[in-house]
Amino acid sequence: MRIALAFLFIALLATPLIYKRVSAHDKASRRALSKESVLNRYGFRFEESSRAAGIDFRHRSPKLDPKLQHIMAQVASMGAAVSIADFDRDGWPDIYAVNSGEGSSNALYRNQHDGTFRDVAAEVGLADLNEPGTGVSTGAVWGDYDNDGYEDVLVYKWGRPELFHNDAGKRFTRATGQAGLPKWVNANTAVWFDYDRDGKLDLFIGGYYPEDVDLWHLKNTKMMPESFEYAENGGRKYLFHNLGNGRFEEVSERLGIRSRRWALAAVAADLRGTGYPDLFVANDYGVSELYLNEGGKHFREAGKETGIGYAPKSGMSAAVGDVLNQGRFGVYVSNISEEGVLVQGNNLWMPEAGKPSTEPHYENLANSMGVELAGWSFGVQFGDFNNDGFEDLYVTNGNVSLDRKRSYWYDYSKVAGGNRSIISDAANWPPLDGRSLSGYQQKKVFLNDGSAQFREVAQLVGVTDVYDGRSVALGDFSNRGALDAVVANQNGPVLLYRNTLAPGNHWIEFALEGRESNRSAIGAEVRVYWNGQQQLQEVSGGSGFCAQNDRRLHFGLGKSNRIDRVEIRWPSGRTQTLTAPAVDQRLSIVEP
Amino acid sequence: MMRETIATGSPRSAAEPTPSEVQSAVARFFSIENRYLPPLFITLILLVSQLSFGVLESFSRTLLAIGTAMAFELVLTRLVYHKFPVLASAYITGISVGILIRSPEFWPYALTSAIAITSKYVLRWRGRHLWNPSNFAICAMLLLAPEYVATLSIQWGNTIWPMLVVWVLGAFITWRVKRLHITATYVVSFVVLAAVRTLFTGHAFLAEVAPITGPMYQLFIFFMITDPKTTVKSRRGQCIVAFLVALAEMAFRLAQNVDAPYFALAVAGPVAMAVSIWMSSRKPATATIAAGSPAGH
Repeated sequence: MRIALAFLFIALLATPLIYKRVSAHDKASRRALSKESVLNRYGFRFEESSRAAGIDFRHRSPKLDPKLQHIMAQVASMGAAVSIADFDRDGWPDIYAVNSGEGSSNALYRNQHDGTFRDVAAEVGLADLNEPGTGVSTGAVWGDYDNDGYEDVLVYKWGRPELFHNDAGKRFTRATGQAGLPKWVNANTAVWFDYDRDGKLDLFIGGYYPEDVDLWHLKNTKMMPESFEYAENGGRKYLFHNLGNGRFEEVSERLGIRSRRWALAAVAADLRGTGYPDLFVANDYGVSELYLNEGGKHFREAGKETGIGYAPKSGMSAAVGDVLNQGRFGVYVSNISEEGVLVQGNNLWMPEAGKPSTEPHYENLANSMGVELAGWSFGVQFGDFNNDGFEDLYVTNGNVSLDRKRSYWYDYSKVAGGNRSIISDAANWPPLDGRSLSGYQQKKVFLNDGSAQFREVAQLVGVTDVYDGRSVALGDFSNRGALDAVVANQNGPVLLYRNTLAPGNHWIEFALEGRESNRSAIGAEVRVYWNGQQQLQEVSGGSGFCAQNDRRLHFGLGKSNRIDRVEIRWPSGRTQTLTAPAVDQRLSIVEP
Repeated sequence: MMRETIATGSPRSAAEPTPSEVQSAVARFFSIENRYLPPLFITLILLVSQLSFGVLESFSRTLLAIGTAMAFELVLTRLVYHKFPVLASAYITGISVGILIRSPEFWPYALTSAIAITSKYVLRWRGRHLWNPSNFAICAMLLLAPEYVATLSIQWGNTIWPMLVVWVLGAFITWRVKRLHITATYVVSFVVLAAVRTLFTGHAFLAEVAPITGPMYQLFIFFMITDPKTTVKSRRGQCIVAFLVALAEMAFRLAQNVDAPYFALAVAGPVAMAVSIWMSSRKPATATIAAGSPAGH
């Protein structure tokens, strides 16, 4: 009996090693694939081509108050961001990248239609937004707030948010004063959406640090989160109702948005089929929040009620996707996972089957679908990279990459688990001293196989960088039916991953323009029905981490060369059906 | 008034307990022999922390850990000792594993519990097991499967009140089971050694003392280091061991090990037990070592 027990004990101890060996064998066998095999097997391949495309942008972190010098790289670890918009209406998506060094310039890369881009930010007035004393840029979202046909832009900052009016794609005029935006918000997220469906885009801005904190001139060092998982001492949230004529009214308190959690990401989408966009907010140092839109008149926070508001993590990013082609959105939220230290895992909140869509309840299926472990994750986006008809997932990783051999994790975890009075005072935080904190991490590209399983293929398909990834945005930059990815990295370059597709799969894209609805058509839903299935996408006014995808919608169709029908529900409520449109084309549709 | 009501109440049936019987039942429940008190306490901690702050990865994972621990205890006790075990200690093992380890996967919860219980039957010397079972299993998983397992490192809320409640209740219960001196020695040692660590690290004292304000330590100081089956017999010896665990933890912390308390107990605990067993064996007339079926958690 003793011998049998000893064998059992050894077998139990050996189990993790066997499990790892089996997993490693699977990875090794995939690593042996040639590039051609990868293209054939996965249907696409990314190639980093920023230099060839003329994109030479490099992000710089800010230098904050000297009182934070000992942990500067950690505190100033955000700000790299990209968004995509066709600012000049030439039919080709452009790229806006923001910078965060004091005195640094933002860049607006105009698409030259030949695979290259040219920075025109200085020419059009969108470069110099980081002057000392005004804060530094942390992101930008595009939306036509005055319905003149040209995408305007809000640049949010740790500082004074700036709204710019797009003057016919030639110049941008500062419209901040007239809009009535606050003088200072330490924001890491903003979203354009028409919450009351009045045809005018409204604006949500989420604060991270409290708005009375000037990170360059601290009154004291007690400005850190009061808890690693339950902090409610962050920045306030703003909801600006668009009054027309370039004026906005702040209505967050009145409409039920009162949180002071540390918001890092927000995404608006109609999660219940009510016709009104709900608002999902991913918070660092705490639970996520889901604001259900009650007829455009009120928002009801329903995190606990819907199941997403229980387990607190470090929400960094949020994106919606119709993962199972069910015509319903799941919400993916990135968090932190560090081997042996903190295994939060990312969340994939999927609506429970059988529940009425107007009262959704979500279940975290990240583990069972294979998209849970990624690293210290930031930006995420859904998109069909291989046009197989299922939305895949791009996840950027990596927090602070300094000394490769020395980690700050021990000291970080020491204070992170401490009481409020300890963690909230930056003076108590041990110095970073040149160490890395989840640095040099590989990125993740999760391929959706359509049967509720994702497979991670980043290294195989060419996403091999180990910069500190922040913001990722997707768009078809060459108008050829392939989704490319542009990635902003903290203290690093903007990368352009061009997509090479294997032949055979079909696609369709939609460029929508509202009439009664907001002209950007933000909030418009498109359902494509083909081959006995459907896929739902929605035009977004900002998603992921400090990012915005091209608002043209891209659908992969797999081998099918026939679409049954397309249903469009405009933000106004008007519906439109297209019967059997041809595949492999981009349709420009104006709201009837 | 209450006394009068009882005294003048309706005639008691034969089966109805007398007030003195009730009192003695209550006294028995809170007696130092009551092995159900710690399980009750840890269940309370689990429920309060989960319902108020959601500290668990999920209820299902914790239940898996508890179920596996109890199933292994049942089967192994039947196979080895041919009797049915009291499952209280296996329950505590399971619940400790369910709270203390973090993994997005399910299997580590079952495996950690299985290793913990099996270790009690395998890693024995002179009739006693040397390692605290859950501590041993958690250390084994941290070493063998760091990709899939981390330990609890979050807070219970952002105020001190939940922890004060746990401290008061924990202190009361460890006092009732005559283990409070172990907890107290460890806490005092940790705080003093935190001050010593600042001399090496140059970090703020509050940063060094911060970990003990987290929930992981509440389980560690009230359940792991006080485990009667894996602590030495004498009161003074228990205090010395608690100090040695804190001292070993300081060494692990200076080496920047994020799981310092677990490894400290895994190193210092068995050494102390081995010494204690050896010393007791040299004094058979005065030492009483409880041999027999394994308990401990």
